[in-house]
Amino acid sequence: MSFQMPDILPALPEIFVLSMACVLLLVEAYLKPKTATYLITLGTLLGSAAITVFTGMLDPVYTFNGMFVDDVMGDMLKLMADLAAIVAMIYSRQYLADREMLRGEYFALVLFAVLGMMVMISASHFLTLYLGVELLSLSLYAMVALQRDSARATEAAMKYFILGALASGLLLYGMSMLYGLSGSLELSKVARAVHEGTQSNMVMVFGLVFVVAGLGFKLGAAPFHMWVPDIYHGAPTAVTLFIGTAPKLAAFAFAMRLLVDGLQPAHGDWQQMLAVMAVMSMAIGNLAAIMQSNIKRMLAYSTIAHMGFLLLGILSGSLAGFSASMFYAITYVLMSLGTFGMVIYLSSAGYEAENLDDYKGLNARHPWLAAIMGMLMLSMAGLPPFVGFYAKFTVLQSLVGAGWLGLAVVAVLFSLIGAYYYLRIVKLMYFDTPHADAHPIAMAGDARILLSVNGLAVLGLGLMPQALMALCTASVQFSYW
Amino acid sequence: MPIVFGLLILATGGDDRNADGQRTLALLGAALGLAVAIPLWTGFDATTADMQFTEMAAWIPALEVNYHLGVDGISMPFILLNSFTTLIVILAGWQVIQNKVGQYMAAFLIQSGIINGVFAALDGVLFYVFFEAMLIPLYLIVGMWGGPNRVYAAIKFFLYTLLGSLLMLVAMIYLFFASGGSFEILTWHKIGLTMTAQTLLFVAFFFAFAVKVPMWPVHTWLPDAHVEAPTGGSVVLAAITLKVGAYGFLRFVLPIVPDASHELAGFMIFLSLVAVVYIGLVALVQADMKKLIAYSSIAHMGFVTLGFFIFNQWGMEGGLIQMISHGFISGAMFLCVGVMYDRVHSRQIADYGGVANTMPRFAAFFMLFAMANSGLPATSGFVGEFMVILGTIQVSFWYAALAATTLIFGAAYTLWMYKRVVFGKIANEHVAELTDINAREFLVLSLLAVLVLGMGVYPLPVTEVMHTSVENLLAHVAHSKLIP
Repeated sequence: MSFQMPDILPALPEIFVLSMACVLLLVEAYLKPKTATYLITLGTLLGSAAITVFTGMLDPVYTFNGMFVDDVMGDMLKLMADLAAIVAMIYSRQYLADREMLRGEYFALVLFAVLGMMVMISASHFLTLYLGVELLSLSLYAMVALQRDSARATEAAMKYFILGALASGLLLYGMSMLYGLSGSLELSKVARAVHEGTQSNMVMVFGLVFVVAGLGFKLGAAPFHMWVPDIYHGAPTAVTLFIGTAPKLAAFAFAMRLLVDGLQPAHGDWQQMLAVMAVMSMAIGNLAAIMQSNIKRMLAYSTIAHMGFLLLGILSGSLAGFSASMFYAITYVLMSLGTFGMVIYLSSAGYEAENLDDYKGLNARHPWLAAIMGMLMLSMAGLPPFVGFYAKFTVLQSLVGAGWLGLAVVAVLFSLIGAYYYLRIVKLMYFDTPHADAHPIAMAGDARILLSVNGLAVLGLGLMPQALMALCTASVQFSYW
Repeated sequence: MPIVFGLLILATGGDDRNADGQRTLALLGAALGLAVAIPLWTGFDATTADMQFTEMAAWIPALEVNYHLGVDGISMPFILLNSFTTLIVILAGWQVIQNKVGQYMAAFLIQSGIINGVFAALDGVLFYVFFEAMLIPLYLIVGMWGGPNRVYAAIKFFLYTLLGSLLMLVAMIYLFFASGGSFEILTWHKIGLTMTAQTLLFVAFFFAFAVKVPMWPVHTWLPDAHVEAPTGGSVVLAAITLKVGAYGFLRFVLPIVPDASHELAGFMIFLSLVAVVYIGLVALVQADMKKLIAYSSIAHMGFVTLGFFIFNQWGMEGGLIQMISHGFISGAMFLCVGVMYDRVHSRQIADYGGVANTMPRFAAFFMLFAMANSGLPATSGFVGEFMVILGTIQVSFWYAALAATTLIFGAAYTLWMYKRVVFGKIANEHVAELTDINAREFLVLSLLAVLVLGMGVYPLPVTEVMHTSVENLLAHVAHSKLIP
């Protein structure tokens, strides 16, 4: 038996992040630095983004005996995940420092979470996929619980852990069934086995149901959404910011790898499951969000609704649909970075701006911030000329193109309901007068500039969405066609 | 048109504490907007129905969406109307608005640029973007500077209109695939569609535009929004945004789904007549002046849709004239109410009486506009209504008879309100303290008065511009494009 050294070049970004995470742990343990860990994290993420870009190839490259794939879609998503993590770090630095969470552990966890995402994005094997999912989830559990003396955060972490473990169980069970069916854990071989259809269809469908359920959990799509509001609400806002952004890109990749790489031949079966999940997510997410008085909870429900929309693109099963979903995921991350960034921005030491009432009269206190938040909200509601509109538009277009006209009408009606609670924020900011005892707004300059750029990007991409859209289409095309 | 846009955005840049500077800047922006729009008229070639002054650039090639603008005889007058109204509104808000002046002016200018885009867009997605984006400034205008119940009115207005337009979005995507991958409105005009598809598309577009017009029974947002909006907001709502709905029927519904339009014309005529008669009666019992004018707007817009769906030259041109004239008249009426409201802070008819004694010049203007609103000959209100009735009578005597009742109801509710407000003894000390209009208000009202009378006496320049386009549209609608 000969051992062949696998080609490690395609996995270079992952290897880089892993080594840097280890370095960071050592630095933390021996030097007790103040801000060096923060800078190392930023540097690592930047470096990984750069490596991703420079080692990218047009054609998919498989390595580690088919366990790992490096394709354009993966590179694009990794790049975006890195950037999102960087932005999240910059937004949350002040917040973390105020709450004495600006420590090495936090950044190590962030790096491991990012590594988990990258592994998920590049997985072409059930085991790699599972490895990535667990690495990401475990890091997130710990991050939620990082504020040890907060009962709410601990409770949230506990819930997250238990439900997450259950989801992993479901996922593994489904994978084992598919393994029994195909005799392989490699996604492409599973696809071939399903395609040939020599084995029992019953087993395949059962496996599929479990896998999709696990996927629904990780995405936070109804009816597997229970954890989302509690975690978003309970976790420190900086952690919510992180959970609510970059991992969504990984979740999108997860769905693509599982359903398209692995189970494309069975798409008739999963399409219907996704349709049900999507409609339920949009219904529950949008309706429940109306009732919330806490902005983090409201955004959690809005996330559920957005994930429903994202699933619609995947289920239409075409090049247009996949790229629409990818575009949706990226723009969603951009918008929610800005929104949670704003929540962090308005909070100060010992004070959390998480009630809707805290946004009253923001226009009178700080017109520019109100304008940015207004743009973000309208974009989330899917109104032109903001980028959120094109995200919804492309998804709807691919749906109609695939013949799901009725579903498109349903989606449109739910986004009408969704518009209400986003508009309520705009109403609070512009039409109401501020509280007399409103907390002053103070934040670091770099985050302030970045937040402005973030808000303007939502408008800018809305006016000129061509570049990003073409990138998404191209990356899906190179990876799958 | 993009130039106008650029200027507008530029004008909004002056967002500082200097209120006077902002007012002047806004006025400059509006005046320039109008100046840029005038060559559209003077350089317009009235002999062709083709699109003119077109601009075309690839915008989002990934989606086959182009930045395609152009005007024909139907849309051109509205761009002028819009630019003109913006100027009026800026002038009208000169002293009244004292808080957040910069934001107020900026909202109106941006709004105006977006609405120009709506009328000029020749690409479906571009149209949709403008159509929706238009809601945002208006939502803010109503919500920020409106009356006590403004929040309710603003959200109701927004959600109502959003419901309609979202269905239209799905319809547009359907048309994209039906036409083999194009968002060009002019291409959509040519494609054949089955009856089922046409009916469904008709329903989707109907929701979008009927809410905007607004047609009975989806009109309920309008009185709320009008009553709560600041004067400028009411003027823009009545004079322009309502026209967007009616314009949509001409640009989308009639040419894209002609067979369904013929099939459902009876339904549309029914709704229009209900608007004319029933809403006319509703207007009669209003105690709030703004509400009364809002209901009268609905009744007048009923005339417009009636004119469109009887499919003849008189009706359609009459409807268009009615739209433009209504833009002037309703704008002027709201301004008149605004003038009184600024002084007394009440819109209730009962709070007034004998205004003519203290404000003679104002009373004269108000009289003229009230007469025009009730359709007196020699005012622009008469021309449009008369043409629509002429057109209707060719189709059915009874429709025309019902439509003609508007002349009675219109006169009844407008003049009765006028009498109660302006004539009689001085009702209370507030009215006794009234001062007559100042030079700025005089300028605004006389500009409008000249236009109302001018169009009433000599409407030819306007009809001439529309004539060819309307003929072309009618020929297009008469031609069935049904495929089995």
